[in-house]
Amino acid sequence: MAQKRLTIVTLLTTILISIFSMPAMAQDDVLTIYSGRSESLIGPLLEQFTEDTGIEVEVLYSGTSAVANQILIEGENSPADVFISQDGGALGALADEELLMELPEDVLEQVVSDAFKSPDGVWVGLSGRARVLVYNPEYIEELELELPESILDLTGEEWSGIVGWAPTNASFVTNITAMRILLGEEETAQWLEDMIANNVQAYESNTPIVQAVIDGEIAVGLVNHYYLFRFLAEDPDVTAELHFFPGGDPGSLINIAGVGILTSTDQEDTALELVNYMLTESAQEYFSTETFEYPVIEAVEAYEGVPPLEDIEAPEIDLSVLDDLQGTLDMIFDSGALD
Amino acid sequence: MQLSGFLPRRQALQQRNYQHSRFSIGTRHILQGVSFVVVAVVMIPLLFLMTRAVGAGQEGIDYLVNPRTLQIIGNSIGLMILVTFFASCIGVPYAWLTSRSDLPYRRVWLVLGLLAMVIPSYLTAVTFTDAFGPKGMLQTILEPLGVDRLPSIKGIFGATLVLTLVTYPYIILPVRSALLHSDPALEEAGHSLGLNRFQVFWKITLPQLRPALSAGMLLTALYSLSDFGAVAVMRFNAFTRAIFIQTDSFRMDNASVLAIVLIVMTLGLLLVQSYLKNRGRHYRIGTGTRRELQPIKLGRWKYPAMLFCSVVIFLGVIVPLIVLFSWLIGNNLTNPVDVPMEELMQNTVGVSAIAAVVVTIAAFPLALLAMRSKTNMSRWLVNLAYTGNVLPGIVIALALVYFASQNMLSLYQTLPLLIIGYSIRYLPLSIGATQSAFAQINPRFEEAARSLGLSSWETIMRITIPLARSGIIAGLALVFLNVMKELPTTLILRPIGFRTFATRIWTAYDSAFLSSIAMPGLLLIVVSACALGVILWREDKAH
Repeated sequence: MAQKRLTIVTLLTTILISIFSMPAMAQDDVLTIYSGRSESLIGPLLEQFTEDTGIEVEVLYSGTSAVANQILIEGENSPADVFISQDGGALGALADEELLMELPEDVLEQVVSDAFKSPDGVWVGLSGRARVLVYNPEYIEELELELPESILDLTGEEWSGIVGWAPTNASFVTNITAMRILLGEEETAQWLEDMIANNVQAYESNTPIVQAVIDGEIAVGLVNHYYLFRFLAEDPDVTAELHFFPGGDPGSLINIAGVGILTSTDQEDTALELVNYMLTESAQEYFSTETFEYPVIEAVEAYEGVPPLEDIEAPEIDLSVLDDLQGTLDMIFDSGALD
Repeated sequence: MQLSGFLPRRQALQQRNYQHSRFSIGTRHILQGVSFVVVAVVMIPLLFLMTRAVGAGQEGIDYLVNPRTLQIIGNSIGLMILVTFFASCIGVPYAWLTSRSDLPYRRVWLVLGLLAMVIPSYLTAVTFTDAFGPKGMLQTILEPLGVDRLPSIKGIFGATLVLTLVTYPYIILPVRSALLHSDPALEEAGHSLGLNRFQVFWKITLPQLRPALSAGMLLTALYSLSDFGAVAVMRFNAFTRAIFIQTDSFRMDNASVLAIVLIVMTLGLLLVQSYLKNRGRHYRIGTGTRRELQPIKLGRWKYPAMLFCSVVIFLGVIVPLIVLFSWLIGNNLTNPVDVPMEELMQNTVGVSAIAAVVVTIAAFPLALLAMRSKTNMSRWLVNLAYTGNVLPGIVIALALVYFASQNMLSLYQTLPLLIIGYSIRYLPLSIGATQSAFAQINPRFEEAARSLGLSSWETIMRITIPLARSGIIAGLALVFLNVMKELPTTLILRPIGFRTFATRIWTAYDSAFLSSIAMPGLLLIVVSACALGVILWREDKAH
């Protein structure tokens, strides 16, 4: 009997301890961030922010489109103070609904390029990134293939079953939005369908694509430029290289990861502090050397080995017009890319 | 046939009259009142989804009859049939070998076979994509034979394979128990009438197993319809994955339409099963005591039998473990986000323990009503409490997220909402377990207590609960095990920054940080195995 009682007491104690050691519920003085960027890319920087400023943050990590949609649904009720986006399009979509606050001039002017900030001053870019084709040179040689001149060439028979993409990834979604504007609705939808008919391989996100290219599971993949450098940093001998489509091809879109403050915030000051922090030299240095993206302030250089931004023959397009997130999601969905 | 149909019914009638007076009216009303609150909470998601789906109107109907949606329905039905078929093909012989044959180390084979229950489907799926992927472990082994690349296992093949390997224990358990309780006299009669061993199995043993097998098949079918992890990893467009994609892009109306169709299908399955259950007779009517079962000698079939069991365990248990260990020591991309294992362990065990306790307490009045009160009101409450059975985790999560974000903001993104989600999902499980614990208590004890002057409330506290304790603990362990492995509800309803083993595994898989799947995966399996141990220990005691 005594033993049984002991078991029950132990059980109850365990439960009580667990209850009290649970993380604290949402507090009012904590800055709530909705992040479309994955924790592996932005998490360390946010931790550093808390360490340096003493401002506690809690972060919801999810896909950029998912987070943007969530804010759209929550509207004025949103618990979020700050939205960190993996692309300009989602920021544009929130700006259209007037959910983003106007940022002070001294924040905006830190970002050099006009292309990397909102024309209405409601968001700023934090880092730049380019869409590329990552390829496995050995596999390409084995198949006796030439690297394509355009993203549109990937629908060719010779690429059947050896191309990877991540159809739910925000950078991919924005790339499609850009194609809709550059090529028109019909041609873009047709391209999506042709790619699927060509047995394109779908992955959850960019990293698994690069991994699959390195492993030789597929020959090429549509990704952002920096993922390969994360692999190279750990093993300089991985068999993968980057190919930039030439001549302003829509496949070479340059995009940003950016930040905006929600109009529903009750912590404007701390939110601004975060935005400013992300534009400091040390934070920009982090984007340059840790995530291998292009810094947006003048004082910080891009990482050595990453192809200079000005060498990329990117299409001419204003990032803030890439805001029809829902339209692109519908098109991708209708194409059957998610089936 | 008529006689046999009549007997149990008359018994039930007698029992009902006799049980009607089990509680004082006051106690019954309290129990019903509490149950009513529980049932009201359980019904929220369903009612909310129905209004959403109806609100979608013509657009909802258009979406429903869209060929792409019909394809999803077809995919799910196909997957369900395949998984149920293959799981039965594994589960029935496995159950027979570990209960009726003279297979060496039967008990060990049984426990190893059941271990597959502690590995969540998404973990099996994730490890399989690595083990059997185009450039996976198997390919590396086959490389010297000139195999450059294996075909991808993603799609229906991978989804069926993974789900079969995580569900066959649900066939083993009921079938084994039925085999242990079957009457050897029937089989002997078959032998004496000139049937060979296989004919006896096919014509006599198998029909006797029908209720148990159909119960196991129902569980398997429900599992394969409601599972999210395996189909998501295998990119097979079944309902749960489609609902997740719709939820992810916040297309609430489409998601509701899909959810309602899924609920209707689950409901259909339950109806078919209850129809089948009430047909035929599966108990013995001969007089005298049932004889001891004699193990059937396998002879030289012993070796293929052991090979069969080994292959099942190898695929279902060993391969996932091997892959996890290889990730643990292997050279994979480092995840810059380091989450301490203690935090994950604490959150996972904590939230699962709280959910298990909450569910068990919520199930309590309902289980009491189900066992000891047969008024119409009680019956209705109990039936409605089973709603969770037709609501896959993803559907509950979807409904609660919307319900809270629009109507109950204070609950939005909080731990209590997550606990409510788990509770709705696992309430039926807990009612079942608690009820079966009560069922083994001789009502005479309770009567004696009443006659000695205890109130019905005191009787519950001092007689019923203590006697049912080990059963209640097993029920707790069962809910605990399930909550811990649960993925979609946790992903969608968790508070910001709240991480468990399941969510950590999922996000790490999403960005291919294989090394950070290994440790949470292994720990999750170990803790789940402990919970399974508690359940099996109790089963042993019960027999």
